[in-house]
Amino acid sequence: MSLLIPDSGLLFWMILSFGIVFFILAKYGFPVIVKMVEDRKLYIDESLQVAKQAHIELAKVKADGEIIVDNARREQVKILAEAAQTRDLIVKDAKDKAQVEAIKLIEDARKQILIEKEDAIRDIRSLVAELSVDIAQKVLREKLDKKGEQMDMINRLLDEINISKS
Amino acid sequence: MGNFLKIFYFAVISFFLMGSVAYANEPTSASEAHEEVNVKELILEHLADSYMWHVTKVGDHDIVIPLPVIVYSQTSGWHVFLSSALHGGEEHEGLVIAEAGDNKGKIVELVNGQEVKPFDISITKVSFTLIMSSILLIIIVMSVAGSYKKDPLSARKGFHGFMEMFIMNINDDVIKPCVGKDYKKFAPYLLTVFFFIFLNNLLGLIPFFPGGANVTGNIAVTFVLAVCTFLIVNIFGTKEYWREIFWPEVPLWLKVPIPLMPAIELVGVFTKPFALMIRLFANILAGHSIVLGLTCLVFVTVKLGVGMNASMSIVSVLFSVFISLVELLVAYIQAYVFTMLSAVFIGLARVEPHHAHKHN
Repeated sequence: MSLLIPDSGLLFWMILSFGIVFFILAKYGFPVIVKMVEDRKLYIDESLQVAKQAHIELAKVKADGEIIVDNARREQVKILAEAAQTRDLIVKDAKDKAQVEAIKLIEDARKQILIEKEDAIRDIRSLVAELSVDIAQKVLREKLDKKGEQMDMINRLLDEINISKS
Repeated sequence: MGNFLKIFYFAVISFFLMGSVAYANEPTSASEAHEEVNVKELILEHLADSYMWHVTKVGDHDIVIPLPVIVYSQTSGWHVFLSSALHGGEEHEGLVIAEAGDNKGKIVELVNGQEVKPFDISITKVSFTLIMSSILLIIIVMSVAGSYKKDPLSARKGFHGFMEMFIMNINDDVIKPCVGKDYKKFAPYLLTVFFFIFLNNLLGLIPFFPGGANVTGNIAVTFVLAVCTFLIVNIFGTKEYWREIFWPEVPLWLKVPIPLMPAIELVGVFTKPFALMIRLFANILAGHSIVLGLTCLVFVTVKLGVGMNASMSIVSVLFSVFISLVELLVAYIQAYVFTMLSAVFIGLARVEPHHAHKHN
């Protein structure tokens, strides 16, 4: 039965050692450990939250970027199309202008030619008139000689004129 | 740990086996009778406390670690000396270890031929282990706590990681749900209790010198632990807790003429810690007795002949290994149960008035 009776000496040492263990561990041991573990847990949770947020934000940024790129691309296409249009317009304008110019030049040339032609015709006419007068003079000189010779002479003279002219 | 114990038990048992076989060859009836008495005394001697630490016996020479005896006698004052002076029933400064009677195994002073028990705070085997394990526990826990100063936020590795996981497991899975919302106030005490019991249980399982003392299987140790729980439960008990004891919600006739229910509740206040004390004590005591008993099977069967002795020795080894492993489990379970029940009692003492009460 002595097993069931607490021994006073042992009680003393038990109270002392357990008391000291309790005092030290309850003050500097377990609360520190529990607090640090919980702090760490909190820190990890926060970090995860932040990482999640960052992830979301990154996705958002990415999406935004994509939209921007998309817009830029569309803009580019539009600008290119406009440029092409403008180019075509300019080319067309230039062509039109050139044509108009060309037509005008041709017209001018034609007018010039016409004037030149008229001048030439006038010259020819005066020449023809002079020649006619000359021929008439010669004809009149030999007038009344021979009717047939007169005619021959006129033709011959005309031929001469034509030959010299040509 | 289990592996280690296994190997150790094999080694010890095979050693004893050889010895006992050698004994069996000596046909002296006196030595057989002597062996038989030794078995019972061996177990009881181990379960009880002692003034010196008997490590082993080499030949006829006992290897004993002497422990300090600190005794105060009303007639002759303080006595402080090593227990080796009392070895083998010798008398020192008028003090002797009683061999029989009520004070058997305790130091008594012989005054006029009468045994008088002095005030005795000697460092015995159990108190020595107790002090040693307390220092060990402080070192372990403080080393874990200290490691946070250097590097607060990284995860622990190795032993510190294991201890952290262990502590948080008890804190989160035992104390938190059992105590309730203000568990933080009681967690340090409950954690201390858990690791104190667990470490001492484990040390008790080591079958040689630094361990092996029956610490948590000693009623004085469990008594102090239970008293601590009792004090905490009742000091921090709420008004509602006391009301439920003295004026429980039962039919009036159960409490008015004869305070039947209050009496039962009041008894319950004391039986709860008492059960805690007895449970831990009895479990560890039983564990130690079984391991020792199984080991002693080798010696008991010596007189049944070599064949029987050999086969029973094998059985003894196998059972010792099995029981040691079970004890490993019990070491944890008992620490767990003590902590959990303490937490539950504290939780019950922290009751808040519930709604049904307001309508009455």
